[in-house]
Amino acid sequence: MFLTFLTFLPLVGAILLTLLPRDEEGAIKQTALAFAVADFVLSIFLWTNFDSTTHEMQFEYSVPWISSWGISYHVGLDGISLLLYIMTTFLTMISIIASWGITKNIREYMMSFLALSTGMLGVFISLDMFLFYFFWEFQLVPMYIIIGVWGGPRRVYAAVKFFLYTAVGSLVMLVAIIWIYIAIEEQTGVATTDIIFITENLELPLAPQKWLFLAFFLAFAIKVPMFPFHTWLPDAHVEAPTAGSVILAGVLLKMGTYGFLRFNLPLFPHASYEFMPMIAWLSIIGIVYGALVSLVQEDLKKLVAYSSVSHLGFVMIGIFALNHYGIQGALIQNINHGISTGALFLLVGMIYDRRHTREIKEFGGLAKVMPKYTVCFMIIALSSIGLPGMNGFVGEFLILLGVFQNSGMWAACATSGVIFAACYILWMFQRVMFQKLDNPKNENLPDMNTRELITVVPLIILVFWIGIYPKPFLKTFDASVEHLLIKVNPDNFRPGNPGSSHSTHAKLIKIEDMARLNQQQNGIKP
Amino acid sequence: MLLKLTGLVPLYPLIGCIINGFFGLRIGKNAVGLIAAGSVGLSFLTTLIIFIGLVMTPVEERVFEQVLFTWIAAGDFTAEFGFQVDPLSMTMMLFVTGVGFLIHVYSIGYMHEEYSFYRFFAYMNLFMCSMLLLIMGNNFLLMFIGWEGVGCCSYFLIGYYFEKKSACDAGTKAFVMNRVGDFAFLLAVMYIFYIFGSIDFTTVFHAAPEKLLYNGEVVTIITMLLFVGACGKSAQIPLYTWLPDAMEGPTPVSALIHAATMVTAGVYMVVRCNSLFALAPLSMSTVAFVGAGTAIFAASIGMTQFDIKRVLAYSTVSQIGYMFLAVGVGAYTAAIFHMVTHAFFKACLFLGSGSVIHGLHGEQDMRKMGALKNHMPITFVTFFISTLAIAGIFPLSGFFSKDEILYHALIDGNVILWGMGITGALLTAFYMFRLVFMTFFGESKVDPHIHPHESQKIMTMPLVILAGLAFFGGALGIPLFHGWHILHNWLEPVFHFDMASALDHSAHLLHEQGKHAPSWSHLLAPEEGHNIWIEIALMLLSLSIAVAGIFGAYVCYIKKPGLPDSLTEGQWGYDLVKNKYEVDEFYDDYIVNPTVEGSHLLWKECDVKGIDGAVNGTAKILGWISKQAINFQSGFVRNYALFMVVGFIGLLIFSI
Repeated sequence: MFLTFLTFLPLVGAILLTLLPRDEEGAIKQTALAFAVADFVLSIFLWTNFDSTTHEMQFEYSVPWISSWGISYHVGLDGISLLLYIMTTFLTMISIIASWGITKNIREYMMSFLALSTGMLGVFISLDMFLFYFFWEFQLVPMYIIIGVWGGPRRVYAAVKFFLYTAVGSLVMLVAIIWIYIAIEEQTGVATTDIIFITENLELPLAPQKWLFLAFFLAFAIKVPMFPFHTWLPDAHVEAPTAGSVILAGVLLKMGTYGFLRFNLPLFPHASYEFMPMIAWLSIIGIVYGALVSLVQEDLKKLVAYSSVSHLGFVMIGIFALNHYGIQGALIQNINHGISTGALFLLVGMIYDRRHTREIKEFGGLAKVMPKYTVCFMIIALSSIGLPGMNGFVGEFLILLGVFQNSGMWAACATSGVIFAACYILWMFQRVMFQKLDNPKNENLPDMNTRELITVVPLIILVFWIGIYPKPFLKTFDASVEHLLIKVNPDNFRPGNPGSSHSTHAKLIKIEDMARLNQQQNGIKP
Repeated sequence: MLLKLTGLVPLYPLIGCIINGFFGLRIGKNAVGLIAAGSVGLSFLTTLIIFIGLVMTPVEERVFEQVLFTWIAAGDFTAEFGFQVDPLSMTMMLFVTGVGFLIHVYSIGYMHEEYSFYRFFAYMNLFMCSMLLLIMGNNFLLMFIGWEGVGCCSYFLIGYYFEKKSACDAGTKAFVMNRVGDFAFLLAVMYIFYIFGSIDFTTVFHAAPEKLLYNGEVVTIITMLLFVGACGKSAQIPLYTWLPDAMEGPTPVSALIHAATMVTAGVYMVVRCNSLFALAPLSMSTVAFVGAGTAIFAASIGMTQFDIKRVLAYSTVSQIGYMFLAVGVGAYTAAIFHMVTHAFFKACLFLGSGSVIHGLHGEQDMRKMGALKNHMPITFVTFFISTLAIAGIFPLSGFFSKDEILYHALIDGNVILWGMGITGALLTAFYMFRLVFMTFFGESKVDPHIHPHESQKIMTMPLVILAGLAFFGGALGIPLFHGWHILHNWLEPVFHFDMASALDHSAHLLHEQGKHAPSWSHLLAPEEGHNIWIEIALMLLSLSIAVAGIFGAYVCYIKKPGLPDSLTEGQWGYDLVKNKYEVDEFYDDYIVNPTVEGSHLLWKECDVKGIDGAVNGTAKILGWISKQAINFQSGFVRNYALFMVVGFIGLLIFSI
């Protein structure tokens, strides 16, 4: 129940906001912030009460919803979703603080954000395919409104593009969900959309696995976004208001990677193995391509947007390393990307607020007038390029380590991304912050104020925390990842004797796990 | 136990960095300087205490590990945050904190007029902390924190004068070139984990002979990757071009980071991995030849430059080449020995050049100097001593260390390597004395408005101490009498590698694969005794080479000052060298610009027109189709009637 309460708390806030008069801007902002803060603070308890020794769902709650179709309201968290959930409440809070300067329709703006929060949280806790699909579509609407109403000059184009792109993917996914619904009923006699049950009982031959995999793949790959499905992202980011970009990069993209871990890997393990090379190469292209295109961007936000394509390429190749290091690295990199890129968008938003432009050539020499801003920007920039001791490195290294177990070639190609990342970030930084301050419009820019510091400093603390002591974060993934790997370990599908593969350090299947798996597959749950 | 203090050594500078970084502007310059230099001083004192502790431990037990916490753990991968103190890291810690302390003290004077005094010292302290992590880390990944950390601080400090575009460019260039090396290093670490299941130094080096085949593919790839990493950090061919540009930073930075400490990190890393390199003869000879090649190559450029700091920068590149030459022939002690003496004399030279630049209010062009010895006596004397040391004049430190390298190049390597080394020595003596003659001797060509003056005490004191060390540092490794080589005896346990058993293992491995092991017996030929006479002969030879170089410089720059110009006038060869062999231009034309242009193309053509064009095109086609469909709903009854008839006929035809 607690989880349900937390998830719907922002929505309650949004509804409450309708009761406030439109012109009470202060009260509206404070109310929205109060709900967001409460949601974040309470969600910390999830972390403290989380038992990281088990892969079982926790804080579980289930009631029948549409029982004639076997649909239930089933929610819960495991190691894969816990931190994404907390990051969502956290970034929602940061976003609302960052939106203090919004003047246009502030009440509707805050309502959209709170509703968006509920939608995103719902995606991460849903343990029912129908419920998942419901939330998946639900969060589209507030985001569409946020971009379309509070966005930049081409906001309508960007919003529609964002919506349609995602909707196309989702529709294909819906077909796949229905397919699975029918298949599970044929196999077990139970008509259900329960994800846990389906994950444990669905047994498919390779061919349908592949088709279903591709259907889910399209939905999630668009969301991530993977190359070549990424072109909605730069437009959406450029047009979205600052806080919208933060949420978009920090949470919405993570739904895609989360989807791969929740659906593609456990439901279609063999297909995942078969598609591993394809996804690895697409990710590698994304990593290099995103970085190269970032290099020549003239708009700061577009630069950060393309860099996301590159970063998410790392996450994807990590997931499809299909081993412990890769997946754990991908999970922590999910969080890292939310922190670093979220902070980058906040920082870009700050100079946009001051100058109403994001053209790189308009700036230069800002270090002289905005020293605090420079330091914050520098730290975040370095974290984004994966400097050891900061968060990005932990994720990138584990991912690459995981990839290396499969192919040294892939690892080498992906690692080249760290060189390009240094190029585009440092070159941008040099042109914006360093050199002579030659544009007179920049001479009197005020440095960061307290509110702005409040939005960025927590992120900086996390940058170092995860960079130096990532254990509390990594620990939460452990059991869930290990459980996931029982099914998707490449050794299960490699020809020849499983266990004698060249992958010396990938976790081998333990005999008792194997036995348990067989039991689960044979016995049908009531 | 004294060794338990290890963790404090990098902690002090970190605290210094945090205090200065946050409160530097408020507490005033004196306090900033005191905190910055004091924290490094404390590190040095702590290092001394640990040193005493280590000396008191029996020789076999001189490896101390201290694990603070587990840094990264996933599956069976763990990277600890732990330190390792052994004679090798101890040596590094001693000279890094010692020289670092002196340079910090010097900087208080040198940087005193700067507004962002605190920023400078915050970076410097952060650098010290990273450098110590690099040295003290007990695994590859922690070493990598320091490895990238020093690179990052170097980036900050090169771009310290951030309003200068050239400084920013140099900083970015340094970072990116280092990243190329880091890329290789990272791959090596992953490969090492793949093979060994661990990234701990102790575990890896211990297991190396058992798991790796001598001269096998795996060990060759790993060591080559590591060496590429070392090339990036230590500015060797082909990744050296960032170091001369790095002279855009303040001079104390050049002394500390780009001469004494950071740039030698690559040598340290290769020496640290000696048990891997020992198994890869191909990599070893690559290291030796790249080192020797860089030594000559950079020295030749050094002869033609006029910026005092750039000459020293090329000299640094060249001297590090010597260290790699030593490593490549397996003379690890000689490499470390030269690293230590180089830290002394090169730091002194850089600080001396800083003193000159300071005295001339920022002038760096040697053609606008001359006759400074009367104006700056202390700077001159210390500079001169260090120049003698680097040129290899008996009995200064550089003589012994360079000589040891050349001796090993001949005995353990081959004549070509030795020939390259001795040529480099000739060039070194020449360009260093060219620098001294142009700067301190001859006629004054100083701008008459500038009145050269000696620097204040806080700057000259470190010079004197460093010059003293440059003079007497050779005592660490006087080779003539058996057992006198202090450094060799001290480092011996680190370099203890049982080649015989490693080869046994390799033969066994090959045997298991059904292959026949080649004969490696020649590798185990009993070591020939240390031939004192050969060594003395070589010493005399290299001494006369050095003197010849000095004499050449004397003729060219004192006796007949017009000679160099008349010799080089119109020589395309000279112009090529003077333009640094146009390597920068080559990189710009064939790597940097194509990348930027290609990316532009990728964005405009591939992304916007190609992929997004396809997406928008699909949308447009759909829009067009639905527009056509509108025509069907025209609202005219006669049209609907027509469709009905057409449909009916169609159905009829279809059903028949």
